[in-house]
Amino acid sequence: MSSPRIKFLFGGLLILAAVVYLIVSSTQASAQYFMTVDELNNKKASIVDQNVRISGAVMGDTITYDAKTLSLSFTVADVSGDNNEIEKEGGLAVALHQAVIDPNRSKLKIVYVGVKPDLMRNEAQAIMTGHLGADGVFRADELLLKCPTKYEEAVPSQVKGN
Amino acid sequence: MLADFGYGVLIVSFLLAIYAIGSAVYGYRTGSAKWVESSRLAMQLTFPMISLSALTLIYMLVTDQYNIGFVYEVTSRSMPVYLKVTALWGGQSGSLVFWGWLMSAFATAVTLRKWDRDREFLPWVVVVCSVTLAFFIGLVIFYENPFAKYWQTMSGDVITAMFAPAAAVPFTPPDGRGLNPLLRHPGMVIHPPMLYLGFVSFVIPFAFAIAALVTGRTDDRWIRITRRWTIVAWCFLSVGLVLGGRWAYDVLGWGGYWGWDPVEIAAFMPWLTGTAFLHSVMIQEKRGMLKYWNMILIILTYALVIFGTFLTRSGVLSSVHAFAQSAIGPAFFIFIGVTFIISAALLIYRWADLKSEAQMTSMLSREALFLLNNLLFISILVVCFWGVIFPLISELVTGQKVTVGPPFYRAATGPLFATLVLLMGIAPLSAWGHSTIKTLGNAIWKPLIVAIIALLAVIFIAGIYAPYAIIGFFVIFTSASITIYEFGRAALARSRAQKENYALALWRLAGRNRRRYGGYLIHLSVVFMALGIIGIEMFQTQTQGTIAQGQSIKIDGYSITYKDLAIFDTADNRNVARAVITIEKDGQFLGEYYPRRDYFYESQQPMTIPAVRSTMLDDVYVILVDWQPILSSGATFKVYHNPLVNWLWAGALLLIFGSLVAAWPDKEIDYVPARTRREKQVVYQPGAAD
Repeated sequence: MSSPRIKFLFGGLLILAAVVYLIVSSTQASAQYFMTVDELNNKKASIVDQNVRISGAVMGDTITYDAKTLSLSFTVADVSGDNNEIEKEGGLAVALHQAVIDPNRSKLKIVYVGVKPDLMRNEAQAIMTGHLGADGVFRADELLLKCPTKYEEAVPSQVKGN
Repeated sequence: MLADFGYGVLIVSFLLAIYAIGSAVYGYRTGSAKWVESSRLAMQLTFPMISLSALTLIYMLVTDQYNIGFVYEVTSRSMPVYLKVTALWGGQSGSLVFWGWLMSAFATAVTLRKWDRDREFLPWVVVVCSVTLAFFIGLVIFYENPFAKYWQTMSGDVITAMFAPAAAVPFTPPDGRGLNPLLRHPGMVIHPPMLYLGFVSFVIPFAFAIAALVTGRTDDRWIRITRRWTIVAWCFLSVGLVLGGRWAYDVLGWGGYWGWDPVEIAAFMPWLTGTAFLHSVMIQEKRGMLKYWNMILIILTYALVIFGTFLTRSGVLSSVHAFAQSAIGPAFFIFIGVTFIISAALLIYRWADLKSEAQMTSMLSREALFLLNNLLFISILVVCFWGVIFPLISELVTGQKVTVGPPFYRAATGPLFATLVLLMGIAPLSAWGHSTIKTLGNAIWKPLIVAIIALLAVIFIAGIYAPYAIIGFFVIFTSASITIYEFGRAALARSRAQKENYALALWRLAGRNRRRYGGYLIHLSVVFMALGIIGIEMFQTQTQGTIAQGQSIKIDGYSITYKDLAIFDTADNRNVARAVITIEKDGQFLGEYYPRRDYFYESQQPMTIPAVRSTMLDDVYVILVDWQPILSSGATFKVYHNPLVNWLWAGALLLIFGSLVAAWPDKEIDYVPARTRREKQVVYQPGAAD
């Protein structure tokens, strides 16, 4: 092997090592468990104060917002994290609706401090990053909302009632 | 009736595309120019056909024909006409029609060129374009039909179908559901088509790459033909990405522009491979190296383009962008798999023909630095890809879904981006073939000193000591000063040699070597954008407060005073709460601003519209969070101070200009076989014409 080749090989390996290091260290630093409300409630004690990401269906009646402190609190109901299961239930909109009206679903109280998002409403899917406090309330640092009705709906809702 | 016409025309164009594929392959096999010509014409005919279909759909959108499911879903009577037109890409099925429409337009444009010297490519360009086209039109015809109508059955259920089901009567809702208010923004109106234009125009270089592989004409001809397409595709994609960011900044009200959402990443990944491709093709043109690498890049780009369209359309990943789930997921998956395997097989088949004609000898040569640039882009791609699939992998391995969020992407890509920006400044100064520390140092030291002085000024005058910020500023100052220095040096040399005045020399210089100087302008635009990103990422501050009329909130020397509030209904069915605030800095009045919250009765959806006081130095970004009807009871505001963010948008404008310069048509240089051309370039000089 000629000497420039070795140099290039060495350089390439160096870059590879750097990238692997970047990926591994960043993954370790910011990986979060992605859980459903059910899973979180089952693990409660072991997961307190750990950074996790959860998803749930927003229950509209429970939304309260204190504008002075920007403190938003609401309760989410368990909804499956598995796309296939959601499809089986009849799509995201139906799954979220079921989750909210079913009294037997496990629930979780959320507190989030910040601007109340425009999409915050009944039967929206909330995806939250944060940690569970010892008091059983989940403190979200990040709140992402997804409304199944945001873009499209299969059948007109006012038509369905007819 | 009209819907049947639109649908019928679409079926005809689907059949035309299928015919084009067949006759092109047959024509190539039998060497019959007649059949190839026939395939070309058939493919070109799809453009007027799909245009008819798309225009029919637009007509129905504009004229409120709510018996059509798609029209009902994306428009409503109260929407202005321009939004009804752009609603074409506001929903899934319409956007697929739009994709196909663009594809047929580009395929037609590229096959209208003169093919004298490149006749053998033609059938395979037709095949690739037609396969892609047939796939998208096929999706529309078989899975996602925007022309499907509502029918009411005997039992009272409403269903959608193209043709009347048994014992059903047509059903027309009185009004549509309307486009989501969050999407009624100029940025959102042009963001999807820009991305699509970028996606679709990358199909053209891919088509030529496949043509080169099939025909065995694996010299750099395919690259030269599609060079301009690549620049244009890249420009559209870049602009599409930036517009998405601008929309998020203006509409989503979180003071940010990019959230490392899986769908954003999906659109970003083809940009990464596309940018790498844009650079590495130059090495093949100049040095006859990296031939299979270029093939790999363009094949990857094509796969990622389809993948990007797929992700936004399938709902496989949870994201704010996700559309309703649909049956088209598996179809996309199969299409990506099949085209990727065929492309890879072709590449392996031609592997031996794609040997490098030269060896890389110097670590600092231009080609080595280009290679490094490519490796960095691919590294960022790997980081992105890893982040997107990590939840799936972790679930497979541990049974527990683990995700990574924006902090992961920031930490992992930050150093790579910084290295890229630095490299972007240095690489144009190194020579093809051979460069040493000494030659590179000679070219670099003057602008480097300027950069260091600027950096010191920032540190001591602006008082910035955060280490990452200092690294960031060093990188962009170096890159900017070298790039500007390159312009200045070359223009000065020309003005001396040609006895022209300085401005004229600069103009002519850029005109003579458009790709080079267009490229420099783009580099400069990237520096601008990096400045904006550093500003908002590292120096953003925020505060909030509930204040009564006449009171103020303070942030970084600015004072925001609550003056007034009005609550009223509008004609287009909104309830608006609009606050009046004034912004002052150090006692100096800067203006009156109006943050507001619109509530759309129709969709029961509020929309927050921030007030932004924007200068090149910083933005003051005010959100009206909450209010009391009685002014003295106060209103709540959230205020962000975003330094330098405007450079991000300004950079995007310069990027468009630079791309135009680089892609502007000039006389096509006569084709010289690669080997003889390279022999002319034995003199390697720093900064010599590339």
